[in-house]
Amino acid sequence: MKNSAISYPKKNRTMLTVGIIFLAVTAFLGITLGSTPLSFEEIRLAFINGFDSSPGGRIFLYVRLPRTLAAIICGAALSVSGAVIQGVLANRLASPSIIGVNSGAGLAVTICTALGIYGGWQLSLFAFIGGFSVVMLVSLSARKWGASRGTVILIGVAMNSLLGAISDAVVTFFPDVGVMSNNFKVGEFSSVTYERIIPAIILILLTTVVLLTLTNELDVLTLGEDNAKGLGMNTSLMRTVFLLLSALLAGCAVSLAGLISFVGLIVPHAIRRVSGSKASSLIPQSAIFGGGFVCLCDTVARTAFAPFEIPVGIIMSFFGAPFFLFILIKGKGGHSRD
Amino acid sequence: MIEINKLSAGYGKGEVLKDLSLSIGKGRLLSVIGANGSGKSTLFNAILGIVENASGEVSADGKNTKEMSRKELARKIAYLAQGKSVPDMTVGQMVLHGRFPHLSYPRRYSEKDRKIAENALLQTGIAELREKPMPSLSGGMRQNAYIAMALAQDTDYILLDEPTSYLDIAHQLQLMKTLRSLADGGKGIAAVMHDLPLAFGFSDEIAVVRNGRIEACDSPERVCASGIIKEIFGVELLRNEEEGYYYYKLVRAG
Repeated sequence: MKNSAISYPKKNRTMLTVGIIFLAVTAFLGITLGSTPLSFEEIRLAFINGFDSSPGGRIFLYVRLPRTLAAIICGAALSVSGAVIQGVLANRLASPSIIGVNSGAGLAVTICTALGIYGGWQLSLFAFIGGFSVVMLVSLSARKWGASRGTVILIGVAMNSLLGAISDAVVTFFPDVGVMSNNFKVGEFSSVTYERIIPAIILILLTTVVLLTLTNELDVLTLGEDNAKGLGMNTSLMRTVFLLLSALLAGCAVSLAGLISFVGLIVPHAIRRVSGSKASSLIPQSAIFGGGFVCLCDTVARTAFAPFEIPVGIIMSFFGAPFFLFILIKGKGGHSRD
Repeated sequence: MIEINKLSAGYGKGEVLKDLSLSIGKGRLLSVIGANGSGKSTLFNAILGIVENASGEVSADGKNTKEMSRKELARKIAYLAQGKSVPDMTVGQMVLHGRFPHLSYPRRYSEKDRKIAENALLQTGIAELREKPMPSLSGGMRQNAYIAMALAQDTDYILLDEPTSYLDIAHQLQLMKTLRSLADGGKGIAAVMHDLPLAFGFSDEIAVVRNGRIEACDSPERVCASGIIKEIFGVELLRNEEEGYYYYKLVRAG
C-alpha cells in the first residue's frame, strides 16, 4: 500500500521542504536588505538588547521585523483564502481580490477608520465581517442563478466597483480618513505596527490550523453538491464554514496591508499545477509559498527603486494581471464541467 | 431493504412525486425507467433526504431515514448523482473519499480505510489507474472510479442516477455487468436508466415511473409484456424468447 497514490506523495514533502527554504531565504532578505543594510551581528544584538539596542537593532525591531512578518502573514493568509475560495466556488479564476472579498473588507476598514478605530482586534473583526458579507453574497448569487465561472467573476467586478465607490464616498465625507490613500488601495506594508500585526497573526494562524483539520471536507466538496451530500456531508453548512474562514483570512490581511491583489490567485494556481489540488498539500504549500512570495515582492518594492519605495501591490499587479490573462486564455479556470 | 411508502416530494410549490411506494431489496438490481421529467431523479433525491419538501416514509433496513443522520444514511446508501463534476484529484484520492462518512472530525483516513479503497479499486478493475488524475480519464473509466468510490463507502445499497450516460455501448455493457455482479454479491442496486434493452437485459426488476407515480414494478418479462413501454415511450420493446435479450421494434418513417 505504501507506493499507492492514496498515500502522501513524496513530491509534496519535497515541495514543502523547498517552500520552507524559500520562505527562510525571503525572510532573511526582507530583514537584511533595505536603505540601511543590516548585518547578522546587529540582528543578534537586537534580540539580546531588545528595544534598547543600536540604531541598526532598532531598525530591525521597529521596521524590518514587523514589516517582514506582516508580508509573510498576509501573503500566507491571502493565498490560503484564495485556495479555499477556488475550491468552494469550483472556480480557479476566483480569489479574494477578484470576487470582491478584499473590497468588502476594505470598505469595513475605511468605515472603521472614519469612526476612529485604527488597529487591534476590532479592525480585524470588522474587516472580516465586510469580507464575509461579500463572499456570501457572491456564493449565494452564483448558486441561486447557477452562474458560470465567468459570471461569478463579473459579479466580483461589479462588487469591486460598488464597494470602491462607497469607500470613496466615505472618504469624501470624512476627508481625514487617510486610510483610503492610494497606498491602501494597492496594498503596502510601510505603516504596520505590532499593535496591528499581533491580532492579525493570531487570527490567521488559528484559522489556518482549523482549515488544516478540514482538508478532506474541502476535497469532498469539490466532488459536486449531490455527491458530497451522498457522502453524508452537510454541504450548505460546510460551504458557509469555508467561506467564513476564507473571509477571516482575507479580512485580517486587508486590515493589515490594504487591498493587495492577485496573490490569492497566483500562488494557489501555481501550487495546483505542481502539487495537484489535494487540499492537505494545497493549503500548507499555499501558506508557505504565499508568505515567501509576498515577502520577496515587498523586498523588491523597497529596494529596486531605492531611495524610492513603491507599494508592494504594484509589484503584485505586474505579476498578477498577466497571470490572470494567462489563465483566462488557457481556459483552465475551473473544473472540467461548468 | 429500502422501503418507500407513500412518498410525495417536490421542489418549491411543485409536487413531482405523488404517493409513491417502492422497495429496493438487497441482492437485486432494480432499474427505474420513465420519460424525462417523470420524477426518477427526484425519487433518489427524496430517498436520501436531499429534497426538502418530502412527506411519506422511507426506511432502510427497518429504520426510518428521518431518524438517521446524514452520515448514518451515507453509511447505508451510496449515491452517484447524474452530471458529476470532474474533481481535480487522482483516482485513488477520490476513491478514498468514499470512506468519508465513516470518520468523524478531524477526518483522517486510516490504514484500514486505505485498504478498503484499494480493494474497491481492484474490484472495479481500475487499480492501475489509481495515480491518474480524474480529468485525464475517459467517461467510462471515470464512471468506474465513481463506482469504486461508492464501493469504498461500503454500503448495503447503491443508487445510481443515469450511470450509462455519455458512455459508448461497450462501456455501457461493462458497467451493467459490474452492477449485475455487485447485486449478485448481495448489494441492493437501483439505477435510473434510459437505455431500455440494457435495463431490461440486466435487471431483476423494472420500476416504471410516470408523472411521479410508479405505474408498474415487476420482472422485466412482465413489464415488457404489459405494453406499458409503448404507452409511455411510443416505441415497442420486444424480447427475443430464445436468447432472452430485448430490442426495440423500430420502423423507419415514410
